[in-house]
Amino acid sequence: MFFAKIIGTVWATVKDEHLQNASFEIIQPIDANRNHAGKPIIAVNNIGAGEGETVMYITASEASIPLPAEMAPTDATIVGIVDRIDVDPELNKEMPTKK
Amino acid sequence: MTLGRVIGSVWATRKDEGLNGTKILIIQPVDLNYDVDEEANPVIAVDSVGAGAGEIVLIAQGSSARQTKLTHNKPIDAVVMAIVDKLDVFGEAAG
Repeated sequence: MFFAKIIGTVWATVKDEHLQNASFEIIQPIDANRNHAGKPIIAVNNIGAGEGETVMYITASEASIPLPAEMAPTDATIVGIVDRIDVDPELNKEMPTKK
Repeated sequence: MTLGRVIGSVWATRKDEGLNGTKILIIQPVDLNYDVDEEANPVIAVDSVGAGAGEIVLIAQGSSARQTKLTHNKPIDAVVMAIVDKLDVFGEAAG
């Protein structure tokens, strides 16, 4: 599971049959200090997370488990909206922001 | 998923039988402005939505790619599973 911030939406009418009512968000991965951590990817928004929200997302084939269909070709799905991140500053040394 | 542009297709008569009958496309990953992502190599992906050359698409990779009727239990790790109509970008993206 990773943190990310929702920075956009992808509109796609033609898509896999099992993703017909799934919406796709553009998410920017971030670290526990909310710094950018890698390039944006596209994830299925299965819990109605909104613009600008910080979320948790899962990758790989587990990403299809939250969806109603038996199978769904998604490799990233948002599974939680973050209310708060508590991090012990001692334990979380400042990570250099990855490009 | 990864955003990409269909830049071509691949013809291979001798291939694993699991790939028989599939349409194999070459996808160049692009950034949110549809510019080529210099650091990303093209991905060879099986088409499952009828994507044409030049179109902007989404691809799912890894074992998720086998989660369609067409690619189930096939030796496929990348599938084109959506054709992008439009992007709305309101937040700030990294590099």
